[in-house]
Amino acid sequence: MGRVVLVTGAATPLGAETARRLVDDAAVARVVAVDVVPPAADLGGARFVRADLRNPVMAELLGVEGVDTVLHLTVAEPPARAGSSRGERNVIGTMQLLAACQRAAGVRSLVLSSSTGVYGASPRDPAVFTEDTVARQLPRTGYAKDCAENEGYLRGFARRRPDVAITVLRCADLLGAGVDGPLARYLRLPVVPTVLGFDPRLQVLHPDDAAAALARATVNDLEGTYNLAGDGAVTLSQLVRRLGRPSLPVPRGVGLLGQAMRRVAGAALPADEAALLTYGRVVDTTALKERFGLAPRWSTPAAVADFGSFIGSGLLDPECVQRVERALGATVGAACAATATGPRPTGGG
Amino acid sequence: MADADVIPIGTRGRPGRGSRTTSPSRASRLLAPRPRGPSKRAAAGAGREQTARTRPDASVPEDVDDVVEQAAAELGEEASPGGAAPDPIARALAFLRRRLTGDYEIDEIGFDAELTSSVLMPLLRPLAEKWFRIEVRGLSRVPAEGGALLVANHSGTVPMDALMTSLVLHDRAGRYLRALGADLVFTLPFVSELARKAGATLACAEDAERMLGDGELVGVWPEGFKGVGKPFAERYQLRRFGRGGFVSAAIRTGVPIVPCSIVGAEEIYPLIGDIPALARLLKVPYLPLTPLFPWLGPLGLVPLPSKWVIEFGEPIRTDAWRDGAADDPMLVLNVTDQVRETIQQTLYTLLMHRKHVFF
Repeated sequence: MGRVVLVTGAATPLGAETARRLVDDAAVARVVAVDVVPPAADLGGARFVRADLRNPVMAELLGVEGVDTVLHLTVAEPPARAGSSRGERNVIGTMQLLAACQRAAGVRSLVLSSSTGVYGASPRDPAVFTEDTVARQLPRTGYAKDCAENEGYLRGFARRRPDVAITVLRCADLLGAGVDGPLARYLRLPVVPTVLGFDPRLQVLHPDDAAAALARATVNDLEGTYNLAGDGAVTLSQLVRRLGRPSLPVPRGVGLLGQAMRRVAGAALPADEAALLTYGRVVDTTALKERFGLAPRWSTPAAVADFGSFIGSGLLDPECVQRVERALGATVGAACAATATGPRPTGGG
Repeated sequence: MADADVIPIGTRGRPGRGSRTTSPSRASRLLAPRPRGPSKRAAAGAGREQTARTRPDASVPEDVDDVVEQAAAELGEEASPGGAAPDPIARALAFLRRRLTGDYEIDEIGFDAELTSSVLMPLLRPLAEKWFRIEVRGLSRVPAEGGALLVANHSGTVPMDALMTSLVLHDRAGRYLRALGADLVFTLPFVSELARKAGATLACAEDAERMLGDGELVGVWPEGFKGVGKPFAERYQLRRFGRGGFVSAAIRTGVPIVPCSIVGAEEIYPLIGDIPALARLLKVPYLPLTPLFPWLGPLGLVPLPSKWVIEFGEPIRTDAWRDGAADDPMLVLNVTDQVRETIQQTLYTLLMHRKHVFF
């Protein structure tokens, strides 16, 4: 008898991919996918229920379907609905879902996808966050705040239902082929505005690894909280250049960064991302590898390269740079050959 | 010039008090059980099998041929012996291209070894060699590999001593010094960016233990801003050494503590005054007034060319203590005091033998 899994946020690409993986998993008998909008992607053999988590029908659904495992995705950009903010949809939805789960005796395990954004980003933080690092500066806005609040409600749920196995996966920002999120849209700008005088370290997560980890957490009761990010790190300037795009450093403190981004291409960069793009954030994934038993297949640079080949090079094409280098090398070489004993130039090495 | 009273304290074989010896002591031989050549450069070069990460000199000068070959290969036919671009140009162009296309590696702390070795260190080198004429003593006491915690006095209004110690260790011991800095460093624009790329990180237990555990040579200046910004009249008098957090980190990771005494840095910008109101306004710990700054404008930013001596003391081993020693506050405070006393006594000895501030 396999598990009966409820997947929320199934209309998102990550939710759909995870649902497909779960359908194929031998340990899973049935997958019930829930979201407020119909999924754009194929859900495989999953049964789709169009419902709002804030609707009392969720409690009935859990009982009727005999759900024993809940995979709850905190969605970065839930579809807009009239009369409710993103935070309301995420946080109130989670509250309602947890309330329903608390009543449902059949629920045995619960997996929450959260974000490494819960650590915040500040100059007073250690360079690398472990799961038990306490954030010096709690996220006050946006998706990261939703995640922090969701984790708080989940801790309350864990106290009231100690029999339920609880796993929290704190995912880094998704980046890879086909990803469309706030970070991806920001990096697609023809000229990427950055904060002058700061070069944050960033980590990203490839959607394949995210889906694999969520599926693994759902079918194995691996209780605990785990950071999830591609190995290694890149600085923002390095990331932008690897994508073949020029960056434009903008002075901080005048709100120019956010304004520039909103105006230049309508890419609304959430306020909590501004701290990230100033101070950066890198997480420790030792627990993921050792206790959770999953090593991300895509390192951060590999995920960046995958995203780069997906969106194509920008104004600062690496091949173009190499051509210029060759031309310069040839010109200087010829000039030096002409003046057989030319003065020894000062090198950069 | 004798700046202070020297209080003789017996060492009983414990970590050194400015012994001025150049041969390695027993304690340091035990820590670094490998033969050292007559010249430090040669010794650094000998360790070719070691990883490039911990041995910059071992990789940089010896792999130059590889780099050139690689650069030449990338340049294609143009780099053939006939009309070849000169090596430094090819290398500089290849370096620029890597920078422009993001084709380099950083570690998770943000350390950019290529930038540090090829840009930051060469910028500091003339200052160290021509301006401050740094004399280094006891370099053999710095472990050639593996984790170690370097603890030094801090002075000079601008933390130039940290930069110079990094350069000395990079050039003469073939090691990158991973500095632990105050949070102000990571708040300031440009400074924070450069600090991270040069391998520094926030002075906190998590980062210190992470880097020591990874086998890095970590540098800490426990006096912090109280040491850097002390008045000129109180030069070479060590401030409080924090709360001993650095000792706990060393004990937890079992790495030796290497005391380091720096003479000469106090005189580069003699701090004769401070404007606290303006400092508060600018959110910096102090706003220095020196004999030249701000009276001479930008010219006042030129440091005085004092003669520097950097002496590395006997390493203090921490791996022999029992488990849980790091949580014994008495032991931690005692070791903190011991390190502080060692550095203070070495400073006094070095000052006694110093003939002149500038020569």
